[in-house]
Amino acid sequence: MEKIEENIIKVGGYTGRRMAKDKLFKHVMTFGGLSVIIAISLIFFYLASVVVPIFLPASMDRLENLPAIGTLQDRTVHLTTEEQAEIGVRFTAQGKAYFFNLGDGKARGEAGVTLPEGVTITTFAAGDPSQRKVAYGLSDGRMLVVEQAFKVTFEVDPEDHAKDIRTIAPSLDYPLGGEPLVVDPEGRALKQLSIQHQGDEATAVALTDDGRLVLAAFSSRENMITGEVTTEASHQVLEPVEGEVSQLILEVKQRDLYVIHGGRLVSHYDVMDKSAPSLKQTVALVPENERVTAATILSGGFSLIIGSSKGELTQWFQVRDDDNNNQLTRIRDFKPMQGAVTAIAPEHFRKGFLVGDDKGNLGLYYATSRKLVLTRDTGDQPVRAVGLSPRANAVLVEAADGGIQTARVENDYPEISFHSLWQKVWYESYQEPEYNWQSSAATSDFEPKFSVAPLTFGTLKAAFYAMLVAVPLAVLGAIFAAYFMSPKMRGVVKPSIEIMEALPTVILGFLAGLWLAPFVDNNLAGTLVAIFLLPFSFVITAYLWHLLPKNITDRVPAGWEAAMLIPVIIVVIWLSIQIGHPIEAVFFGGDMPHWVSNELGWTYEQRNSLVVGVAMGFAVIPTIFSIAEDAVFSVPKHLTTGSLALGATPWQTLFNVVLLTASPGIFSAIMVGMGRAVGETMIVLMATGNTAVMDLSIFTGFRTLSANIGVEMPEAAVGTTHYRLLFFSALVLFAFTFAVNTVAELIRDRLRRKYSTL
Amino acid sequence: MRKWFKDGDPWIWTTAGAVALSLVMVYAVVWLTAAKGLVHWWPKPVAEVMFTQPDGSQTRLIGEVREKEEVSLIRLRESGYNIDSTDKFTYRYLIKQGNRDITGTDFKWYPAPMLGEFTYPKDLISVERREWGNFYGHLKVVKEAGVVVADGPAAWAELKKRLERSNDLFSQAVRIEKVDIGRLNYQLEKLRLKERKLELRGTLTEADKTRFEAEREVLNGKFGALQEKLDQLRQDIERDSFVAVTMDGQEVEIPFAKVADALMPNDMNIFQKIGYYIHKFIEFIVDDPREANTEGGIFPAIFGTVMMVLMMSVMVTPLGIIAAVYMREYAKQGPLIRVIRISVNNLAGVPSIVYGVFGLGFFVYFLGGNIDQLFFPESHPAPVFGSPGILWASLTLALLTLPVVIVATEEGLTRVPRSIREGSLALGATKAETLWRTVLPIASPAMMTGLILAVARAAGEVAPLMLVGVVKLAPSLPLDGNFPFLHLERKFMHLGFHIYDVGFQSPNVEAARPLVYATALLLVIIIVVLNLFAIRLRNRLRERMRGLEGV
Repeated sequence: MEKIEENIIKVGGYTGRRMAKDKLFKHVMTFGGLSVIIAISLIFFYLASVVVPIFLPASMDRLENLPAIGTLQDRTVHLTTEEQAEIGVRFTAQGKAYFFNLGDGKARGEAGVTLPEGVTITTFAAGDPSQRKVAYGLSDGRMLVVEQAFKVTFEVDPEDHAKDIRTIAPSLDYPLGGEPLVVDPEGRALKQLSIQHQGDEATAVALTDDGRLVLAAFSSRENMITGEVTTEASHQVLEPVEGEVSQLILEVKQRDLYVIHGGRLVSHYDVMDKSAPSLKQTVALVPENERVTAATILSGGFSLIIGSSKGELTQWFQVRDDDNNNQLTRIRDFKPMQGAVTAIAPEHFRKGFLVGDDKGNLGLYYATSRKLVLTRDTGDQPVRAVGLSPRANAVLVEAADGGIQTARVENDYPEISFHSLWQKVWYESYQEPEYNWQSSAATSDFEPKFSVAPLTFGTLKAAFYAMLVAVPLAVLGAIFAAYFMSPKMRGVVKPSIEIMEALPTVILGFLAGLWLAPFVDNNLAGTLVAIFLLPFSFVITAYLWHLLPKNITDRVPAGWEAAMLIPVIIVVIWLSIQIGHPIEAVFFGGDMPHWVSNELGWTYEQRNSLVVGVAMGFAVIPTIFSIAEDAVFSVPKHLTTGSLALGATPWQTLFNVVLLTASPGIFSAIMVGMGRAVGETMIVLMATGNTAVMDLSIFTGFRTLSANIGVEMPEAAVGTTHYRLLFFSALVLFAFTFAVNTVAELIRDRLRRKYSTL
Repeated sequence: MRKWFKDGDPWIWTTAGAVALSLVMVYAVVWLTAAKGLVHWWPKPVAEVMFTQPDGSQTRLIGEVREKEEVSLIRLRESGYNIDSTDKFTYRYLIKQGNRDITGTDFKWYPAPMLGEFTYPKDLISVERREWGNFYGHLKVVKEAGVVVADGPAAWAELKKRLERSNDLFSQAVRIEKVDIGRLNYQLEKLRLKERKLELRGTLTEADKTRFEAEREVLNGKFGALQEKLDQLRQDIERDSFVAVTMDGQEVEIPFAKVADALMPNDMNIFQKIGYYIHKFIEFIVDDPREANTEGGIFPAIFGTVMMVLMMSVMVTPLGIIAAVYMREYAKQGPLIRVIRISVNNLAGVPSIVYGVFGLGFFVYFLGGNIDQLFFPESHPAPVFGSPGILWASLTLALLTLPVVIVATEEGLTRVPRSIREGSLALGATKAETLWRTVLPIASPAMMTGLILAVARAAGEVAPLMLVGVVKLAPSLPLDGNFPFLHLERKFMHLGFHIYDVGFQSPNVEAARPLVYATALLLVIIIVVLNLFAIRLRNRLRERMRGLEGV
């Protein structure tokens, strides 16, 4: 056949042209059809392609050894880079800053601090990395604050006009002036130092060589007219601590000071009021036989990360207890390092940190997700200093043999772990571990809270209440419509149900939120009574009808029961609302919502699950109804007639024959309905308060995955963890509904084949 | 009784009750929207009533009574009204007292026991203003340039006359602002982009620069002239004003420039009211929204919805039909095509928000972003196609409704009897000819049904649109008089989103509520009509097929 057609086409002429056209048509259709199908399947693959990166492990390039930068004898005290991770900086104990290319280690200049005559550097302190300030403590009790400055200039590329060439020029600045500031008024050499400088305020805490802890606060004011800057200083001596002080940690907002001393203790001082600093508490950080060997504070200034001589890593922050006192609490333990922790560097803007140990291992951790992101072996020399670039995309390590190693890091989604998505997480400044979804970051010290557990819970809760309303109504209704209803009434009911299905959910949501919710709120008792009374009213009506004399009942043909019940329903609802308020007056002190929240102690929201249940039930009823009705209706007639012929009543036939046969179909109808309820967006968006709480109460709202997407997607920045997590929610919804529908479809398919063989 | 129970009669009635309850729910929703939506345009009487403050003093209230409901005394107590009564419940009235600029809130609940008797003085005026919502009060005088020209009973006629004049001027000003100045701005922007494009290519010569400068000069000249005309108009509108007394006795002067409409609702007869109703209804359909969408019309939303649905239809129809024809007529009917068919069916059940996410990620950010880079580098950093817009919205909805069209078309194709195909083939027609001349025409009502259902679904869908192109207020329509007329990249307004936005995001929900009901009613009508039409079409098709089967 094919062969003949080929030949006809070759011969040409009228028939040939027709044959060619036929062939062309076939190809066009095949190509078009396949393209459409491929385009549709693209949805799944595209969603997956966006989601996958968050579940891929972070990666780090091979550590590259850089050529020697500056003199090796001069110990490195601080390593960091500028914003673009193009130029690295190495601060040394002797007050030198060496700038170098991160790529090839080529020197990009160096700078040294200028010291007054006869004064030497005795200690070093790095401020919060996001502020780019460091300070040198001097032998005369003063300090010099230094800022790394990177001047970025753009020039139009002569080869391509659309592009600019970027040049970065590093230098050192003195934000508080070139003259050292007095930290210790008594002029003793500073042994330990910690500083923070933000805006106009600077605070320094130092340990002097005679063992005093001194606090110095500086605030600079600019004279509006002359532009002259005056700096005011205040000095206080802090309550002493026992044992040798090993580290001072001042947080970036300059309110809390942590002093690590005696090997394993930390003392917390409240230094918010610079004139009256006070010691709040002293806590042991590690067991007796261990020592704290390194500590740092994470970005934002809330969490301490403590590394011990055994390689243990713990996170601590203040938790408000029931008496409203802040207690420094051990929040979580991280996977330990192999050797004693020697250096910890926090990320500049996120809650991650880089750890080095004395066996030459490097570990990159993330606090919120309790995750060891990656580890790396730098050699067998102890790690002496570690540093991270501002965007946490490059690491710098210095081992004891003096060489600096560097590597690029891809670690864009450290916030994601099984723990952070699905388990209770103890977030900074929270009283206890919680499930929480809070993605909007107002400030850089905000810890994003990505727990999808409450959203998933909300989705299931919404679906549960919707199904509670929809399943009985739709399934029972479908049975009646398919089995008992007169054909004439079917002609009214079926289009009505189709209209019900077609009603836009935005309208249902709007009515639920703006009409039903206030109505239920004002008539809570009446609504509940109506829900309770309706089923009984059907049975009672049936009994009354049964009692009526036969000559009246016979006038109404069978199959019109539903029509007769409509006025009954309206009357029952009307009556319930009428008696609702008297009931509230007698039993609930005059106001039931009030009573629920005061007497029962349940949270009551106006836009609650009851309202959503009804509204979403409304949306789901037609879906279940149509499929279930179809399943019941297509039960082969000879089965029912056979049963009836054997003397069974219609109900017995229905119950024992029809439903038994159609039950898989009804089940699949419920599944499809479930799929619809899970993905519904507008109704939940409009009819609930959209707060991500986790309780089953019918009087509270929830936040579902779909509503969450609707609210947050437009604001999510492309490619961020948040954006990808929203895609993840979409993918979960897609996969869930697709799977549910497929299973339902397969069940129905089998059922259809079974019917045809019966 | 027991026998009656065993019969299963009560259960049958229970199932019947389920159907009845579903029906009641459907019609209740339709009735509720209609009842609340239809009254939106009816002129409401303005009542005057004395109100006893909690401290015992009396104040006069003027406003429209919007709602009356039974409320528990506990709640009233919470809102500061201590009513001495043994009852647990009483009534309260929601009164729209307008004058938001003076009183701060224009809607307020008042407990019935503290209100006197409602009176409806004939001379109360209700003024629809362009800002601050409605004004209610007694008219005193009408002024021209600060001089009283009419007072007493004559003032009303004078006000009507002058209102007509100011509204006429106002519409002229709006026309200049929106159409003429809008066009100039558009041309200026085009010019800037042209220049930037040349600059990026590196071919911008001095001659070009002077040419652009000259063109810009011309446009700016026109702009100045228009601006002048506009200023003149504005000044003209400012001329007249009127003075009215508010409910607390304050005299307020309102310039006509701020007034959109004024009426004496208590003095209108039924025909005037009907006339007003029709007038307001038309205004609702053809006017732009005002006051953060809570007043005025919804024309841009209607236009946007229709436009988006049309574009979607153009995309979804051929694609859906081709896919269905391929799957039914050309593909080898085996397990693979069965899997595909089931998958396509199931896509109809995938939540619409998922399509929105896909549309945003793939169409807007990926496709749009790349298009911008390739074709519109001069607009950088402002996105052209790289931000949500009507093209992406209709494409997303086309994808969303594709399964609907495919399923309906396939059903139509399956129902074409074998005898007809075989007859055609036996007469020597090729497969393509059989399809094109016989099968597809017979199945065309099915395709139509599919398309109508798709349109109905698209018109009511909101969730995906929120992500891919709908906005609460679009500055310009996607179709206008500026070349190339159809602006595919523009954002648009949509009826469904309008309901969501005005009903839930607007600062003054109470004021917006009637408008939202009216919008909802319009949407319900569109969708119900489309669906009924589709249902009828499908039923007729089925009848016809049944007829053909006997052939």
